[in-house]
Amino acid sequence: MEQFIPLIPLMPLIGFAVLGLAGNNISKLMAAIIGCTAIAVSFVFSLLVFNAQLGTEESVTVTMFNWFEAGSFKVELAFLVDHLTSIFLLIVTGVGLLIHIYSSGYMHDDIAHNRFFTYLNLFIFFMLLLVMGNNYLVMFIGWEGVGLCSYLLIGFWHKVDAYNKAANKAFIMNRIGDLGLLLGIFLLYTKFGTLNFIDIKSHLAEIQVGDPTIVVATLLLFIGAMGKSAQIPLHTWLPDAMAGPTPVSALIHAATMVTAGIYMVVRSNFIYSLAPFTLEFIAIIGLITAFVAATIALFQNDIKKVLAYSTLSQLGYMFLALGVGAYSSGVFHVMTHAFFKALLFLGAGSVIHAMSGEQDLLKMGGLRKKIPLTFITFLIGVLAISGFPFTSGFVSKDEILMSVFYHNKLYFYIAAAVAVITAFYMMRLLMLAFFGTFRGTHEQEHHLHESPASMTMPLVVLAILSMLGGLVQLPHIYGGKPIFEEFLNSIAPTLKHEDASLAMKEWLMLGVTCLGFVVVYFLTKKFYADDKFEGVYTGFKKTLANNYYFDEIYNTLFTKPLNFISQYYNAFDRLVIDGGVDGIGKLVNWGGDKLRYLQTGYTGFYLFAMVLSIAAFLIISLFNLL
Amino acid sequence: MEIIKGVPLTSYILLCSMLFSIGVLGVLYRRNALVIFMCIELMLNSVNLLLVAFSRYYSDSNAQVFVFFIMAVAAAEVSVGLAILMMIYRNTKTTDIDALNKLKF
Repeated sequence: MEQFIPLIPLMPLIGFAVLGLAGNNISKLMAAIIGCTAIAVSFVFSLLVFNAQLGTEESVTVTMFNWFEAGSFKVELAFLVDHLTSIFLLIVTGVGLLIHIYSSGYMHDDIAHNRFFTYLNLFIFFMLLLVMGNNYLVMFIGWEGVGLCSYLLIGFWHKVDAYNKAANKAFIMNRIGDLGLLLGIFLLYTKFGTLNFIDIKSHLAEIQVGDPTIVVATLLLFIGAMGKSAQIPLHTWLPDAMAGPTPVSALIHAATMVTAGIYMVVRSNFIYSLAPFTLEFIAIIGLITAFVAATIALFQNDIKKVLAYSTLSQLGYMFLALGVGAYSSGVFHVMTHAFFKALLFLGAGSVIHAMSGEQDLLKMGGLRKKIPLTFITFLIGVLAISGFPFTSGFVSKDEILMSVFYHNKLYFYIAAAVAVITAFYMMRLLMLAFFGTFRGTHEQEHHLHESPASMTMPLVVLAILSMLGGLVQLPHIYGGKPIFEEFLNSIAPTLKHEDASLAMKEWLMLGVTCLGFVVVYFLTKKFYADDKFEGVYTGFKKTLANNYYFDEIYNTLFTKPLNFISQYYNAFDRLVIDGGVDGIGKLVNWGGDKLRYLQTGYTGFYLFAMVLSIAAFLIISLFNLL
Repeated sequence: MEIIKGVPLTSYILLCSMLFSIGVLGVLYRRNALVIFMCIELMLNSVNLLLVAFSRYYSDSNAQVFVFFIMAVAAAEVSVGLAILMMIYRNTKTTDIDALNKLKF
């Protein structure tokens, strides 16, 4: 089994190399086949690895080579495979494979189709490096790499200037977070002398709870997670990232890249458990993000923006779970979120494809009769994210809410409110797009068609996963066995809260959820399904619709002053630094210009120079002058 | 033997130094390539003479072997040098060393 492990990230890398070198010289079908096969092979190997991990508690470390050694500090490029890694491997390669298949249909008419698959394969490679690394530095390679691929893919249609700006924004905000991550890694190194996960874990017995270095290090690491996973205040790049093609939004900004922060925190959970202050901070930031993003999503008119803010909100939920110590719940929500959010985004892509590129909800309506398969899968996705009983989303959200309840009642009520708002805006989305009557142009209506099989097949698979994915963690109350949590127990132990009233609380939540669904359904149907929806917002709603003016605030606070100071940096760069480097060249030129007079062409002069040099050597050696 | 040893070593050194410097000055001052070659030979022979003198005074024949080496090398060098001089003469019809001065700045 160990020989398969290096192959898992290697296949997408080979796919990237082949596709990158071949470029447009191979047919679109060939490129799609190469791209999808690379990921499919990785997926098969991930299944084998997962199967092997099921039976054992041991982790496997595969060392590729020594990266560098500086004194006593040695870093290897090595892969660590344990239960946590195997789950993330399945998520990344599985959902990645489905999205690759979907992209072959969605990007079929695009000129740069081959380039798209090149970048997708590269992204999967870096994401696999991230989750498979056995020390912080290999993880950091993957971290930076997925940021790069995010930039490349968001700005994929680079002829449109606004998309380039969105790509820049994503990359730069990621970098701000990465600074925190790097500082955290440096601190960890000074404290432990090693960056290997297993080695750090063995050092932990010496550290007390609340040690200041650990608190600062974990805070800095979390700042990195804030940038990568788009928590407030580093969240404004995610809605703008919707400028990329929809499969990109599904893969990067729903299923995988944004969950890198979660992975990092769960991987370091033994360090975080020593810093309760940071955990509390994480929980609060997660809660704020979840709430703010949910309120914004209520007033968005673009189908992808609603889903983007929904992603922000769900990420907040995941960090809330981590913050209260429910690590396996956070990872479980990552998995279920990957299923239903990818489903929702791919479904939105299907809708956009049917609407010939239209993304505005105000121009849609009544689509459920025209594109029924998309409608059904989208409906399942909406039910899952809203937490309809016994869907995967229900199980994961319930678990998180339970853990939050035992931690802090106030957080619980806010989180529950967020769940209600989530259900509301998702239902709103469903009603606006699929119910009522069609509000688009005549030409669009003419063109409405169901998507090809390459696009609908992944939708169906993801719909099934969203429905049944909850079964691996179904609580005892409902007759299931929470095997997911048991699986992760050795890596990330979760605090268990058992008290007598647990069963009653579970049934109460189930009842409230069912009731809530009925209410939300009727409310949204009344507001949105009968074409009285104008889509224009005033006053307070306008603030929410404009993202609480976060972008404008950041613009005045940071962007404009920086642009202003950058003029001086630019002048310094050109005059001093370029002047210095060019100056050396000019110096050499000047020297050569003066030295050429030695080449007179007269043999007599050369003989004289020879004699002079020999005399000089003799004198210097005789009198030991040098 | 005694007569030869009767001449002090310093006079040999002086003689050879003067011969050597005459050779050097000849190389620097003369314009005719053949004369320059002759002066180079003069330098080589002055060194030969000095070596033989030292060998006689310290009864060490290693130096005489070295003299043979120098003579062989001088012969080889002269043949090559004269061949080059022949080609220069054929191309420029003169033996002036300033005849080939195109390789300049």
